[in-house]
Amino acid sequence: MALDRWIAFFILLLCLAYGYAAFFTMDGLLPPIMKRSPIWPSSFPKVLCIGGILMSLSILLKLEKPIGAEKSPDIDLTRLGDYNVAQAVMLLCLMVAYALLLRPLGFLASTFLFLTIGSYLLGERRYGLMVLVAALAAGSVWWLVDSVLGIFLSPLPFFMNGG
Amino acid sequence: MLEGLLMGLSTAFTFTNILMVIGGCLIGTFIGMLPGLGPMSIIAIMIPIAITIGDPATALILLAGVYYGAVFGGSTSSILINAPGVASTVATSFDGYPLARKGQAGKALTVAAVSSFAGGTIGAILLAIFAPALASVALLFHSSEYFALMVVGLSAIAAFAGTGQVSKALLMTFLGLMMATVGEGVLFNMPRFTMGIMDLQSGFGFITLAMAMFALPEAIYLVLDPKRSKTEGGGSSNEIKDLRITRAEGRRIAPVIGRQSLQGFFIGVLPGAGATIASFLGYAVERNIASKEEQDEFGKGSIKGIAAPESANNAACTGSFVPLLTLGIPGSGTTAILLGALIALNVSPGPRLMVDEPQIFWAVIISMYLGNLVLLILNLPLIPYIAKVLAVPRNYLIPFILFFTLMGAYIGQNNATELLILVGFGVVATAFRFADYPLAPLLIGFILGPLLENNFSRAMQLYDGMAFIWERPMTLGLLGLAVVLVVLPSYRQRRARLRAEGVADGD
Repeated sequence: MALDRWIAFFILLLCLAYGYAAFFTMDGLLPPIMKRSPIWPSSFPKVLCIGGILMSLSILLKLEKPIGAEKSPDIDLTRLGDYNVAQAVMLLCLMVAYALLLRPLGFLASTFLFLTIGSYLLGERRYGLMVLVAALAAGSVWWLVDSVLGIFLSPLPFFMNGG
Repeated sequence: MLEGLLMGLSTAFTFTNILMVIGGCLIGTFIGMLPGLGPMSIIAIMIPIAITIGDPATALILLAGVYYGAVFGGSTSSILINAPGVASTVATSFDGYPLARKGQAGKALTVAAVSSFAGGTIGAILLAIFAPALASVALLFHSSEYFALMVVGLSAIAAFAGTGQVSKALLMTFLGLMMATVGEGVLFNMPRFTMGIMDLQSGFGFITLAMAMFALPEAIYLVLDPKRSKTEGGGSSNEIKDLRITRAEGRRIAPVIGRQSLQGFFIGVLPGAGATIASFLGYAVERNIASKEEQDEFGKGSIKGIAAPESANNAACTGSFVPLLTLGIPGSGTTAILLGALIALNVSPGPRLMVDEPQIFWAVIISMYLGNLVLLILNLPLIPYIAKVLAVPRNYLIPFILFFTLMGAYIGQNNATELLILVGFGVVATAFRFADYPLAPLLIGFILGPLLENNFSRAMQLYDGMAFIWERPMTLGLLGLAVVLVVLPSYRQRRARLRAEGVADGD
């Protein structure tokens, strides 16, 4: 099964779960006074889940057939090995690590590490330049956000912030 | 109208706002030139900054400047390195790049800038004429018509998605609408679909979603496929020397610009059509009506081939503001992001905007014009220097794009969980792109979701049920139009297929 139909299948499951919540779990919690209104919090979601189910089924069952040659996709999934998949996955993990470390490590250290490790993962080996660029960028972005935009970003690690 | 223009002038011509237009255009051009970063990503990244500004007129002026700058930056990279940063400037590369290869990159850039300027100017004039008229009609609309109008908008976007794509686009729209129902809505004051997770109480963040749908997948694509960020043929061969065009050349492109600005504007007004379709159509029309020898030149560096898509895409960008400002309905991904930004700034676009806050409306129109002027007289001479950004190695470029994506989502919310949601949705959005699912309908659905539900609920309450559909002819008519829009492409497709099969059988 092609990827687009797999995705349609997952969205179908999602719509079913969403529909179950809308049809069977939401109305019971409704106070009696609201039950007299022509519209309930579950009304709109009920319509949406039916639409979603119909559309995902239409893709899953290939009801809509494209005419003519299919256009070539940007990324050819049959030769996924030719692309830098490992690099992309590592960068995504790096983003997750950044999200988790931003508070404990503070903005300056985590941004510096993110930019340095990011360029290292992409194959940069000029360490001096890497460190310089990352340090300058972390410092100037923090200054911009903090003093120009006036948004507070905790710059230092938690143990230097007094907790 | 004159009063409005004067009001717009006085709002736009303050020191801060002029600075915003200039800054926005420069930032837009700068980032728009980078392969793979389109106006949607750039505007999404700029939104937290715009929101911090606080004044809606100034924020919108900045974002409009960024938008124009990004489209112009996209044309520049199309011409110089054959790597359009934006889909709407792909058509520009057909003739822009060959002309640059002939050593006339400067001329190509000037033709592009002049056509963009003219397209934007004509578009702004048409916007100033049509928008107030449309808004005064829209003032007569009730919630049921609004509901129907939004359904028409969403269907039109799906219908324009292309053959074999309508159900995918509709599915994405539904998914966006469903995501909009998560959290505690204003309508019922009760949390829905939060699964008991506190962070979902206020729903998904719109900036996070915009970043995850556009900026992050684009960055992942850049990582996956290094060819996307590499220049073809090297930059050195396309040095920008002479920016001048001759009088004869000006005379040749003038009618093209005039026609395509008009056509582009009206295509831009249609929801779902937008700048990309306008530019391709503009290119095709001009090639078809050109004389025989000029036709042969198309694709080999014809200045008409640059002027047509450039004036059309800029006029269409302006045209796409018509439904946004008058009806509050975005016709494209970019205007959907702008709508989200406006809502975040406590402005609700729609016909009341012109009555309640006319200074915002007129300031935007004036600043659009100003933005085009800035692009022509400030950006064009600076292009040789701005183009240096194309030499930034991808080892540095990509971490920065990722970092700005993260920052955009973080600054607005100050919540690290938002970053995890961003990465999660980004991966899902990349998978959607792999499978050729259009992402703009999802975001448009997400942004229109609350408005759609509010109007639907109000209509239901007023008519105590679904009676509003048949009791209001306008609503019925609009909903009928929506059905036709969705069904028509599939019907025509089926007929074309049957005909194709019939021909095959006949052989």
